[in-house]
Amino acid sequence: MIAPAVNFAPLTGILQWQQGLHVAVPWLNGALLLASILFPLVAGFALLLAGPKPGRALGVVAGVAFLIPALFAVWLWSTYAGFRGEGEYLFRTDISTGLDAFGISLKLGLNGISAPLFLMAGIVGLAAGLFAIQSGMERMHAYLGLLLIMLSGLLGLFASIDLFFFYFFHEFALIPTFIMIGIWGGRGRKAAAMEMTIYLTLGALLSLTGLIAVYVQSGLNSFDMITLREHLAVIPLATAVQQYAFGLLLFGFGILVSLWPFHTWAPRGYAAAPASAAMLHAGVLKKFGLYGLVQVAVPLLPDGALSWSPVLIYLALGNVLIIGFVTLAQRDLKRMIGYSSVMHMGYIFLGIVSLSTVGIGAAVFLMFAHGLSIALLFLLSASIENRTGTTDLFCMGGLARQTPVLAGFFVAAVFAAIGLPGFANFWGELAVFIAVFEFEKWLGVLVILGIIISAVYGLRAVAQIFYGEASDALAGHVAKAGAPSDLKGAERAPALLLLLALMFSGFLPGTIADSINRSVEATYRPVQVSLSGGSSMPAASQIRRMTATSPGFPWESLEVRDHHTAGLWLPPDQTDGGLFAMNGPDRTNNP
Amino acid sequence: MIPSLDTYRAIAADNLWITILPEIAIAVLALAVLVLELLLPPGRRYWIPRIAMGGQGLVLAGVGVAFCLAADPLAGRTAFNGMLQFTPLGDAARVFFLVCGILVCFLGSLFLRRRDLPRVEFFHLILVATGAFMLLAQSSHFLMLFLALETVAVALYILVGYQRQSAASLEGGLKLLIPSALSSAILLAGIVLVYGAAGNPLLVETAADAMRFGDVAAFARANPDNPLLLLGMMLVLAGVAFKIGLVPFQIWIPDVYQGAPTPVTALLAVASKGAGVIVLINLLQGPFETFHAALVPALAVVAMVTILFGNLAALGQRKVKRLMGLSGISHAGFLLLGVAAIPAVPWVLGAVVFYLFVYLLGAFAVFAVMIHVGGLNDPEQRIEDYEELGKASPFLAGVLCIGLGSLAGIPPLAGFIAKLLLFIAAFQAELYLLLGIAVVGVVISIYYYFGWIRAAVFREPPAPQAFAPPAAAETVTHPVSVSMRLALVLLAAMTVLLGLYPAVLHWVL
Repeated sequence: MIAPAVNFAPLTGILQWQQGLHVAVPWLNGALLLASILFPLVAGFALLLAGPKPGRALGVVAGVAFLIPALFAVWLWSTYAGFRGEGEYLFRTDISTGLDAFGISLKLGLNGISAPLFLMAGIVGLAAGLFAIQSGMERMHAYLGLLLIMLSGLLGLFASIDLFFFYFFHEFALIPTFIMIGIWGGRGRKAAAMEMTIYLTLGALLSLTGLIAVYVQSGLNSFDMITLREHLAVIPLATAVQQYAFGLLLFGFGILVSLWPFHTWAPRGYAAAPASAAMLHAGVLKKFGLYGLVQVAVPLLPDGALSWSPVLIYLALGNVLIIGFVTLAQRDLKRMIGYSSVMHMGYIFLGIVSLSTVGIGAAVFLMFAHGLSIALLFLLSASIENRTGTTDLFCMGGLARQTPVLAGFFVAAVFAAIGLPGFANFWGELAVFIAVFEFEKWLGVLVILGIIISAVYGLRAVAQIFYGEASDALAGHVAKAGAPSDLKGAERAPALLLLLALMFSGFLPGTIADSINRSVEATYRPVQVSLSGGSSMPAASQIRRMTATSPGFPWESLEVRDHHTAGLWLPPDQTDGGLFAMNGPDRTNNP
Repeated sequence: MIPSLDTYRAIAADNLWITILPEIAIAVLALAVLVLELLLPPGRRYWIPRIAMGGQGLVLAGVGVAFCLAADPLAGRTAFNGMLQFTPLGDAARVFFLVCGILVCFLGSLFLRRRDLPRVEFFHLILVATGAFMLLAQSSHFLMLFLALETVAVALYILVGYQRQSAASLEGGLKLLIPSALSSAILLAGIVLVYGAAGNPLLVETAADAMRFGDVAAFARANPDNPLLLLGMMLVLAGVAFKIGLVPFQIWIPDVYQGAPTPVTALLAVASKGAGVIVLINLLQGPFETFHAALVPALAVVAMVTILFGNLAALGQRKVKRLMGLSGISHAGFLLLGVAAIPAVPWVLGAVVFYLFVYLLGAFAVFAVMIHVGGLNDPEQRIEDYEELGKASPFLAGVLCIGLGSLAGIPPLAGFIAKLLLFIAAFQAELYLLLGIAVVGVVISIYYYFGWIRAAVFREPPAPQAFAPPAAAETVTHPVSVSMRLALVLLAAMTVLLGLYPAVLHWVL
């Protein structure tokens, strides 16, 4: 059962009942997983086809449609987190779609890496939906319908075991983004939508080519991630093949994640996007590429990852430092947030590039945390724009007096984004720094600079928007449009939801991290070579050796515990004693 | 020597008329349409397009039922002394051209409704072309191939220049006539050279009938180095490439596509291209099988140049009919990619057929919207004319988006699956450079397809009065008729269905 973070008997009871249900009714959770993808899809198309409807009924229907997948996601994640497994895939379903001849079928399931991200997609989806419902857009039915279709794609991509559907769901979520930016976006939306479409299509096609390369070269005639992983762990692809396939995936995914210098679409696109679309894209959809690296590219092509990591280091450093300084120079709030999200992608890349279980686990944790915090920032920036009529930081000031609640939320969101303790981002960034220090000391020193940069632009934005004297421009706007009101209840609900999720995982990181630990361990575990005559040592073991041969940093306890589980995070037999465990025996040793 | 009666009897025994019942039915229908014009009172002539469509529908149903019931007993067998060969590809082609014929007739009836042009001849010619396309796809004899091809070509010359009052239409007709005649001459010269080489009694394995595909193939296997044969083959392939519009034989496409009445443009884009590709496959798997693998590099280079040319040329194009023509060139390139992969990856044949059907669905959805949106000045339709379509008719805009999205290859639409299968095949056939170019081509194509979608769907920023563009002439004010709605829903739904659940592949593959 889940290591009860809080000794709260009813909760423990519910969790035990949940586990019992999982064992007793094996098909239930698989069906819930499928339902959580299909429900928003059907609801989305229904709303699109329904045509304009009076506001209230539409809002209620859409609200339910956003709420149900979120509830399912919470249920599935907590079931997974409570399941004391080896990080394997659970809740599996397999539905034929007529492409069996090519080894393609709709295979769904969650493992410890995807379950928290699935949860994050559900929460951010609900928040974006609630925010959209109160936003009063014109042609609301179409807007909500597209958001629901996008949500369905987002949930689907994290739930896919089949690489084809992994890609397919990503596109499913991407297309509505373009349409939403093009129709409901702000200034410069047409150019932004066009740029994003072409850039992201290029990225998607590059990664598709990479996936095809893996599919063809493995010779398995299967897009099944698990089959491929098990096969390639024993019989890896030739190094040259791994190198070019990983290169394709890296740059394809890199474009989609706004890896420097392929990031230019992101700030412009987000600045033009309507708030809910930006929340879902920056928060969830952009994690596709990172998730693909963690779940697909690195485990399947470890040699390729090793040989590309020197390149990726510098590109990711570009994200952190160059984009960090670019962010400092922004005077437009939405662009600043867009650039900051590009910058934080650098941390996640660096976590992955360290090729250690700590780093990769931290990257996944940071993906979860960043998704929530960036969505919160985009939500609040839309609220600010509605009140000031501008996103120019120099045309604001002194807003805190009229809108104390909004100010409070924004300060909390900025703290979360900077990575202050108490919010989820703290743990993710901390563990990334540990992993990067272990990997390369000089890199660690440079990356830490990033914290200072984020603190400077984050806090400066807070000061410019909420404190000091109101600028003349704002005074002019107030004179015209009336004094800005504080955050409405309908806006508070989604913001509060995101903030609570950030704080929950900030105070109890183990709830999220445990499952990530187990699955990263399982995914990156050296496989015992069992084929007779096969002398090919899996390259995954090389990754382990890299982590094991750099002691020195004070984390003595992070060193190799035995030759078999050289993981820096959690040995599988000691799940309670991990980095983020709350009541483990060696809690005091942990940062 | 005078052949005895028995010889004729033996020859006649191979004339399995029942096997070409669908083609005969189409021919009868074509004649019946002409007769009906004389018999029907003028007030009832609106039945003629319906009869043309319904008749083709019946034939289609018959072909389908025969295919399902008989489990294809004719597969691989020839008839009419090797003039025709019945293959699964031929069956698929029959379905393809019949669907195409029905849709062109439908678009034609919409198109002619608003114009003062002769009606019946249009449907007659479409039916003739459809029947000839069906024979063309099944021909296994150079004589049959040439005859069917010329029947199609003659019908197309008239159809392209059908709007006699329109300069663009006449110009298109002439611009089709001259290059097409030239390509026919090249094709014929190639056939003669092949005939001369294969019929040479001094060489081994000399062919009994030096125009029959099977005999030529046997000859080619025995004499792979015969220069006459090689030259003939190159000329034949060049002639076919002309019909498909592969670079460097694409020069006629934009003007002809622009000038032709839109239903005929659709016929050219879909049926003509499909026929060319099927003939190419038949040739490469029939008489020129020996050289197929060796031709792959050449085919790959042509495919690369075709994809790049089509997409780059379409990039700056604002006239939608030219855009469809130029983007059609790039689709021909994708199809050729599949053809080039056939020797290494046999299953790609099914993927090529799938691509053809997907192209049919997507292209007809777009052409149908074009007919509805286009005013009387049909050849000059521009992307700008589609602005505000989303507001005026969300339905048409939605269908246009699905059609263009499928042509661009965006999931979850069928075009994505079609392109994906070709990409997988290209990878398996190790055509890496071609695959790379194809990927680049898809990205380029997103620009112009998306630009069109953007014009149709995205909200225009309120332009300052001084710079307001002149109101687009005669835009989409007339309502969409029920039949049109039904046809568009069917095309769009099939496009989505094939993308989400491509199980239909099974009976194509």
